[in-house]
Amino acid sequence: MSITTDSLPVAPRLAPALSVGWLGWVRANLFSSWLNSLVTIALAYFIVKYAIGFVDWAFVNAIWSVPNDAAGRPDTSSCRDNKGLGACWAVINEKHRFMLFGTYPYEQHWRPAVVCVLFVGLYIVSAMRRFWRMELALIWAAVLTVIAVLMWGGVLGMPYVPQERWGGLPITLILATFGLAFAFPLAILVALGRRSKLPAIKALCVLYVELIRGVPLISLLFMASVMFPLFLPEGMNIDKLLRAQIAIILFAGAYLAEVVRGGLQALSKGQYEAAEALGLSYWQKTGLIILPQALRLVIPPLVNTFIGFFKDTSLVLIIGIFDLLTAGKTAIIEPMWQGFAVEVYVTIGLIYFVFCFAMSQYSAKLESELNHGRRR
Amino acid sequence: MSAAETLHSSVQTNAPPAISLAGVNKWFGALHVLRDINLDIALGERVVVCGPSGSGKSTMIRCINRLEEHQQGKIVVDGIELSDDLKSLDAIRREVGMVFQSFNLFPHLTILENCTLAPIWVRKMPKKEAEALAMEYLERVRIPEQALKYPGQLSGGQQQRVAIARALCMKPKIMLFDEPTSALDPEMIKEVLDTMVMLAETGMTMICVTHEMGFARQVADRVVFMDRGEIVETGEPTALFENPQTERLQLFLSQILRGH
Ligand SMILES: Nc1ncnc2c1ncn2[C@@H]1O[C@H](COP(=O)(O)OP(=O)(O)O)[C@@H](O)[C@H]1O
Ligand SMILES: [Mg+2]
Repeated sequence: MSITTDSLPVAPRLAPALSVGWLGWVRANLFSSWLNSLVTIALAYFIVKYAIGFVDWAFVNAIWSVPNDAAGRPDTSSCRDNKGLGACWAVINEKHRFMLFGTYPYEQHWRPAVVCVLFVGLYIVSAMRRFWRMELALIWAAVLTVIAVLMWGGVLGMPYVPQERWGGLPITLILATFGLAFAFPLAILVALGRRSKLPAIKALCVLYVELIRGVPLISLLFMASVMFPLFLPEGMNIDKLLRAQIAIILFAGAYLAEVVRGGLQALSKGQYEAAEALGLSYWQKTGLIILPQALRLVIPPLVNTFIGFFKDTSLVLIIGIFDLLTAGKTAIIEPMWQGFAVEVYVTIGLIYFVFCFAMSQYSAKLESELNHGRRR
Repeated sequence: MSAAETLHSSVQTNAPPAISLAGVNKWFGALHVLRDINLDIALGERVVVCGPSGSGKSTMIRCINRLEEHQQGKIVVDGIELSDDLKSLDAIRREVGMVFQSFNLFPHLTILENCTLAPIWVRKMPKKEAEALAMEYLERVRIPEQALKYPGQLSGGQQQRVAIARALCMKPKIMLFDEPTSALDPEMIKEVLDTMVMLAETGMTMICVTHEMGFARQVADRVVFMDRGEIVETGEPTALFENPQTERLQLFLSQILRGH
């Protein structure tokens, strides 16, 4: 007997129909055993039930606006009657400007609105790799200057608005943007310092990281707002927002430094040695070889920390700064709007979510782009 | 006249040594890794260093470009004494190229960028010129077509040839090789050794830690045998391999011959 060589001993066949396609997937993952099927059916029941309940509450039974009463104030009685059945989006309709801009003078709201748009534009431009050039720093400087002018005013016919009256989303974006823009370079320096051969620099960096990590952000904010002014000379006063900003930068810096250090440690000694053997100086080696590799290794934990800090800026409420969350809380302090906190928090949560989700999607994209062409 | 003999004629014996180690000692903690090393290497000379694992071969050649610091003795490279002075360190690293066992290419840069990085940043060469230079050397190691790929896309042998090209782009006077073929699959060893032979033919001063005896016979002016931190024997390759004077070298040779 002989085997023909021009055909394979086992000819390729199609996979069984039930192991491919969505039906195959469902069978393999949801109904592989009777226990599995039972769990699937039970979960599906609860998911459908609550999804329907939520859609009913949020859309079908929701009240989108309320009429004014005789005194010209909103009459929320229809919302109150509907409580538990449907959402009262009228509160958002009525209060969204206060939630977004806090106590900023009402007729000047276009200024913080433009500021928010500028921030988002700045994020988008910074996210595009083709803009990663020296000019980007200039763009940042220019945009941040425009933002400061818009917020404070006092020039170009815009009335002056003291910092105490700023509030809402611009405060959150200011704290987060300046916070991370300064904390990130600080973190890189501290992470490098922790690996320094000079004992004094190393000790200083370790001390900084351990001290800051050892206290909650809240206590750091308290210290910044209450204790810090005590150390300043008589008559000198640093803006409350700036003090909170510094506390946030120091706090974020310590956490990010540890993330960056993780990346530095993941690089092999050979990378350092190859750079040194080629005659690169310390800063050339660090900037051209070490950091580009270390930072892309830690994109996921880095963005994780970024997202955490974006939300942690809301802790400034304890020292009386009106960020987005505080403005939302304050918006429903009037008696007629009391009791509609869920609607306000859902809306604010949605705003935070949009920013955080964008960050996380961007990081995933960046990670796969930067690792393009590399075998890992 | 054999190829090896032709190569030997390039050594300039009357010039001052390219590298001189005198009474060099080094410790890692309590471990005495280099013991009274004395070695002069002439300009254009090719030296192969061999010896058992852990005998201090890597440490010795790493002292020459100061990836390791020696604690006693004097090392002079290209007329410059190695010291804590950063200027002299910079000067020496420009003149000494190094090739590592594990290639150590920069994985985030293309092959071309790997090669142009040091000429641009250390030698301050214009980018265009550096790229032309890099292509010239990539052609010499016979992989110009890979220039725009990343190191991770190349085979081990190709990566090591890029590493050689990268070092050569700095136009060094001296090249150090630390077991350049030890991490390679057998079928790739030859392509890297061929590249090194070609380099030897250009008259480059080379110190090469390797156990490739065929390469040593073909290229080396001198073989240095190290054991336990000491230079035990040195000599012309054929004489050293065929007529070892010490028991330690006999033992070592019998071990590698058995291994091959
Ligand atoms: N950085 C280091 N710290 C401590 N010991 C080391 C270090 N590098 C090498 N050694 C030790 O020094 C000895 C010589 O090492 P090495 O020069 O790498 O030997 P070889 O290259 O001949 O195999 C070995 O015992 C090794 O374990
Ligand atoms: Mg070694």
